[in-house]
Amino acid sequence: MAIDKQTVEQVAHLARINLEPEELEKLSRQLHDILGFIDHLSKLDVTNVAPASHILPISNVLREDNVWPSLTPDQALENAPRRNKNFFSVPKVIE
Amino acid sequence: MELNQLTAHELLDKLKSKQITVSALESALGACLRKNEPQVKAYVRMDLNALPTANSQSQAEIGGLPITIKDNICTLGLLTECCSKILENFRPPYDATVITKLKAAGLRIFPFKANMDEFAFGSSTENSFFGPTRNPWNLDTVPGGSSGGSAAAVASDEAIWALGSDTGGSIRQPASFCGVVGLKPTYGRVSRYGLIAFASSLDQIGPLTKDVKDAAILTQIISGYDAKDSTSINLAVPDYTQSLTGDIRNLKIGIPKEYFVAGLDPEIKSIIEEAINKLTNLGAKIQNISLPHTDYAVPVYYIIATAEASSNLARFDGVQFGFRAPADNLLQMYKKTRAEGFGAEAKRRIILGTFALSHGYYDAYYLRALKVRTLIKQDFDRVFKDYDCIVCPTSPTAAFKIGERTADPLKMYLSDIYTISANLAGLPAISIPCGFTKKGLPVGLQIMAKPFNEELLFRVAHTFEQHTEWHKRRAQL
Repeated sequence: MAIDKQTVEQVAHLARINLEPEELEKLSRQLHDILGFIDHLSKLDVTNVAPASHILPISNVLREDNVWPSLTPDQALENAPRRNKNFFSVPKVIE
Repeated sequence: MELNQLTAHELLDKLKSKQITVSALESALGACLRKNEPQVKAYVRMDLNALPTANSQSQAEIGGLPITIKDNICTLGLLTECCSKILENFRPPYDATVITKLKAAGLRIFPFKANMDEFAFGSSTENSFFGPTRNPWNLDTVPGGSSGGSAAAVASDEAIWALGSDTGGSIRQPASFCGVVGLKPTYGRVSRYGLIAFASSLDQIGPLTKDVKDAAILTQIISGYDAKDSTSINLAVPDYTQSLTGDIRNLKIGIPKEYFVAGLDPEIKSIIEEAINKLTNLGAKIQNISLPHTDYAVPVYYIIATAEASSNLARFDGVQFGFRAPADNLLQMYKKTRAEGFGAEAKRRIILGTFALSHGYYDAYYLRALKVRTLIKQDFDRVFKDYDCIVCPTSPTAAFKIGERTADPLKMYLSDIYTISANLAGLPAISIPCGFTKKGLPVGLQIMAKPFNEELLFRVAHTFEQHTEWHKRRAQL
């Protein structure tokens, strides 16, 4: 399956990454090659094969709903690029 | 021999019997770092002036034996940046579970972190925001990756031992390139709480050490159930040092024919064959086996690993930690932060993973890859019904030249061709030194076993090591 520049641009938007024109050019070429290699997988017959979404035989790991010590607001916020009181601060979202 | 050149178990014995002090070890380590580190660059943000010297005021014992930690494992208050600009100046407010366990065992966390490919994306440590690490055996070659800093530090005696992480070979391949021991434990054996996630269905933390006994001791310390990692398995941790019996008679070892085909450097092939002969001489029963879906492992991996990475790395958006690019609205803040904060390989993988998960491509790529992953796992299940372990090369080549593969991502991805399957199938696998090329570069032998059978890996690796001298050679810097 081929991947064109327009698809790469669209996917980069979904991934929230701005790409410079030359970056987009190069990446489109590289992804085209990588996907060409990955397309090798389409040769295999996988009907009736279950997907291995997890490699261990465990599921639904639950715990008691107990309160335990956790980070204080100051600890949780100490790496914030911008902070306003006990909140992470970001540019305005709603106009 | 300087103290920093000894193995951890030798040092622990000497410390226990009070033959040496930690400060004597620290000053030997400091001297080695001042000499070697400017060439090797195994660590990031290292301040050589902050290291103790022989003339340092004899300080009170500052704690136990030091251990070097890869830059993607959270250490309380100590910079943990995944060698990425986007995590610039991140000081975790908590310790990873493995760090808590190391501290409880009396070890001292070395205050500088080991270099790595950004977010563990790579096989050469050339994708680090801080620049590449060099292989102590030949400074023009890469140390492997992504745990290249950890491996190079151990190989150059700049570390006694180290932790790395392995998603597709990131412990074993650098161990092989640097001539040290590296283990990827079984998926679920070691808690990943506090390991900055790359691909959650594949990542494991493991040791890089100077010999097999150190690997056994370190694995023992970091293993075990942790309620903070929902993929952690509640299974007792055996005393791994008990498995170092030196006896592999009648053990059934399979040699996968698919690992000895075109692409394997003929020189590596003959070194591996010699190692296999050694195992035969030590009493193991060797037979050829087949893992028919081997060829599909790399493509499956680059779908699953990138898909999971694209989702895990969504958290790096400039809001809660690390780098933020200035912008007037939130969308542009995300897009500019991620454009400026991530390196080229990280962007490539995030975009590839997002593509594989996106509407219209999910079935053809992601879902199909999960199904082929089942087939790969079934190959191993079948073999392990009749065999105790599998032996093969760790990597198809020895260390390659710096810059040789950076222009061609696909070629770089193929460096992991022999290590990826163990991650896909959740198996434990170890790489141990088994020879040197004519140019003097180390070669690693890989051993894989059934899930939770690390004991067998240590037994086979240790027996081989007892009868060879490869692990005793040191890089001359």
